[in-house]
Amino acid sequence: MTVVEERPAPAASPPPRRPNRAWALLRNSWRQLTSMRTALVLLFLLAVAAIPGSVLPQRALNAEKVSGYYQAHPKLAPILDRVGGFEVYASPWFAAIYLLLFTSLIGCVVPRLVDHVRALRTVPPDAPRRLERLPQHAAGEERSDDPAAAAAAAAAALRKRRFRTIVREGDGGAWTVAAEKGYLKESGNLLFHLALLAVLVGVGFGHWYGWHGNRLLVQGADQGFCNSVTQYDESTLGPRIDASDLPFFCLRLDDFQAAFQPTGQPKTFEATVDVQAKQDGPWQRKRFTVNDPLRLPQANVHLLGHGYAVILRYTDRYGEQQTKILPFLPRDGMFTSEGVAQFPDVNIDPKTNKRDENLQVGFEGVYLPTVDPQGGPTSVFPAENDPTLFLTAYRGNLGVDAGLPGSVYALDRGQIATGRLKQVSGVRPQRLTPGQTWKLDDGTKLEFLGTRPFATLSVRYDPTQPLVLGGAVLGLLGLMLSLGGHRRRLWFRITPREGSGSVVEAGGLPRTDYPGFGEEFQQVVGAARGDEGGTP
Amino acid sequence: MAELSNQLMAVTVLAYLAAMVCYAAEYAFGDRSHIGRAAARPARELVGAGAPVPPAAPGEPDVLASAPDEADEPTSSAGTPEAPRRDRGELLGRIAVGLNGLAFALHLGTVVTRGVAAHRMPWGNMYEFILAVTLVGSAVWLGVLTRRPAVRHLGLFAALALVVLLGAAGLIAYTPVGPLVPALNSYWYVIHVSTIIIASGILLIGAVPAAMFLIRTGYDEGRRSFPYTLGAKVPAAATLERLTFRLHAFAFPLFTFGALIAGPLWAEASWGRYWGWDPKEVWAFISWVVYACYLHARATPSVKRTTATWIALLGFATMLMNLFGVNLFFEGLHSYANAGGM
Ligand code: HEM
Repeated sequence: MTVVEERPAPAASPPPRRPNRAWALLRNSWRQLTSMRTALVLLFLLAVAAIPGSVLPQRALNAEKVSGYYQAHPKLAPILDRVGGFEVYASPWFAAIYLLLFTSLIGCVVPRLVDHVRALRTVPPDAPRRLERLPQHAAGEERSDDPAAAAAAAAAALRKRRFRTIVREGDGGAWTVAAEKGYLKESGNLLFHLALLAVLVGVGFGHWYGWHGNRLLVQGADQGFCNSVTQYDESTLGPRIDASDLPFFCLRLDDFQAAFQPTGQPKTFEATVDVQAKQDGPWQRKRFTVNDPLRLPQANVHLLGHGYAVILRYTDRYGEQQTKILPFLPRDGMFTSEGVAQFPDVNIDPKTNKRDENLQVGFEGVYLPTVDPQGGPTSVFPAENDPTLFLTAYRGNLGVDAGLPGSVYALDRGQIATGRLKQVSGVRPQRLTPGQTWKLDDGTKLEFLGTRPFATLSVRYDPTQPLVLGGAVLGLLGLMLSLGGHRRRLWFRITPREGSGSVVEAGGLPRTDYPGFGEEFQQVVGAARGDEGGTP
Repeated sequence: MAELSNQLMAVTVLAYLAAMVCYAAEYAFGDRSHIGRAAARPARELVGAGAPVPPAAPGEPDVLASAPDEADEPTSSAGTPEAPRRDRGELLGRIAVGLNGLAFALHLGTVVTRGVAAHRMPWGNMYEFILAVTLVGSAVWLGVLTRRPAVRHLGLFAALALVVLLGAAGLIAYTPVGPLVPALNSYWYVIHVSTIIIASGILLIGAVPAAMFLIRTGYDEGRRSFPYTLGAKVPAAATLERLTFRLHAFAFPLFTFGALIAGPLWAEASWGRYWGWDPKEVWAFISWVVYACYLHARATPSVKRTTATWIALLGFATMLMNLFGVNLFFEGLHSYANAGGM
């Protein structure tokens, strides 16, 4: 292929009076950095550097797995963490590689762009003296018309095939026609590399100005939320955005439908929501599903998962009632779901109005949408065919006031271990079906009122997504032009024949690897000589 | 229907095996066949695009780059004492191609019946994916054969690659016919997966001339130990190299579209982010970068063609890693095994 590896140094600046070694070093390093070989090495490094991110758990993907890794490898994990092993794609060394690569890319593409623009504006060079030395050659054939007319005919044939063509008159009545085609190859190649830059810029800005939040949303008008960082179970804001930049909208889950195959494999999901897109604006009903998110202005709501929230009513020893709606998190494909109910503000003596910390109540257990008739511990079908709740009761200090944020899906193990929170139900968990009431040892009651579906939602906004997509599409286009194109030159030399008429000779030069060139050459030459050609 | 598909699958593998045996027989008998002779000719035409020689200088024509295709054809054929043997090799070769065609038809039947049984496009799990990739690979191979009969001696290796992959599909990845999980229920499923399948099939066949090119160059350099001995009867190095490039250059944009455009578009619709460094995405990225390295290296004058071709093979290794390693060992959103949740 015809690629000039060593390009001339970037714009020859006036030479320093004394050879400046620092300058020379700088210039050499720059030339090194922008060479194709370096680009190749960096590209390769990028591939290698991406590997650890698929082997080690990544915090951005699954923080729990990282904690798991810490437990499994307590010695190794902190070291890996320090070198960015759990955040490979945000680590400084990964960034160093791609930033160097893209610096190299700019340093390489800009001069090529300049060269190419110049090439696009210059005419193909005149024919070499000896056409027979070229890879393709057609020996002289005679024509009856004079050289000027023959040259015009050849030029017309070439132009028809969209060659850039120039006709030159030489000495002694000879004419040459020079033609070149395939500039699109280099244009495509430049487009591809520039598009890569656009994608990088898009990804970078998207990271800075985007945000996302995850939220578990239980069905019901009383469970809705309005967009704000505090409403999310987990959220990330880009470095250039703060909480007040989030757009306004409110969302309520009106209905969630899931259909399953007889095997329990999910078939379809659909969430119906009420959305308020403007402050005090109207509520609108919308539906969305797994591959078809809810698109709001500056936010997209994606359906990630679903499950069941258990509704429990606790009646304490003073007859006070509290009702809670508690999402139980599915543990397997059949929706065996785990969760807890914590009632810290119960058993408050109405006379003293003082809370006894040791009379707090908590429940822990599993919810099976379809209980196993054989008595197995897990659900046998994901839909609620035979819903059953299995709970264990605890009384004592839940440890929720200690100021440490505990999980809302598990009781504080520390409190149980120290005996401050005691199990007060039997060895086997209490079995409850919807509507059933459980009387605890101290006369208090727990009623299982039923369930509501919940959906886990991911709300996201990435302002530069269109730029990234546009870049990728243009890049692909450039790539196809570049890989499919062929740069080639053709020349005709037309000399006057003794007496009248002319002799037409042709040569062709493929400037890139192009196996079909011979065929094309024959065709073009045939057409350029026209019907006129071949008169012996 | 599912049963039929499984039976067809078994017959398909047998047919490929039979084709492979015939290719092998031709390979063994055919050292004086015209292909063998062209291959064994001194490396005159290797100079141009040939490996160890630095490619043409800038502006200078790649004079011989377009020559070897024709150079593989026989220059003189009559009058050699081995004529009967040559005919036998030729005949075996034709039988091999016929069997290959038959195997392809059976293979197609396997995939179609599977799709009919499942009422959907037959590429919803790893087993079906491999079945589809090898089908494309087989089609591409037959297509290459019709356009360049001279490369038939690669048939042994192409058939070997297909048999190995199909065997792996049947042995480690077999999954009974089942419906799709909702996340896969999207037109992106058709677009994203099919382009990746086609690209992978082409890259699979592309790896065959790539490997044989390396072997052949080693052979031309005088190495006579295994596996270089295999290079004695394959087409000329330049032919192999160019075939490798053409296949890769065709597959790369397809792969770019399937994995880096359609994939992210679907991921955005489904998971909310177009790119999340899920293990499958990581390895697709790695494959893409490595194949880009190959094309880049091939366009870099100071990089030898053998080096570039090694990179192409490395790219294929990363594809295999993505197919087997990631599906079986890493857990992510893509792994079919835990796609049951949602
Ligand atoms: C960001 C990483 C890069 C990627 C993914 C990449 C990818 C590619 C690919 C796939 C090709 C083959 C397409 C073709 O032949 O037209 C190619 C060709 C090329 N690249 Fe890059 N490249 C990158 C960076 C660079 C850099 C930094 C340079 C400059 C040093 C560069 C210069 C070239 C040149 C000169 C060609 C040859 C075009 C030809 O004549 O065929 N690329 N690149």
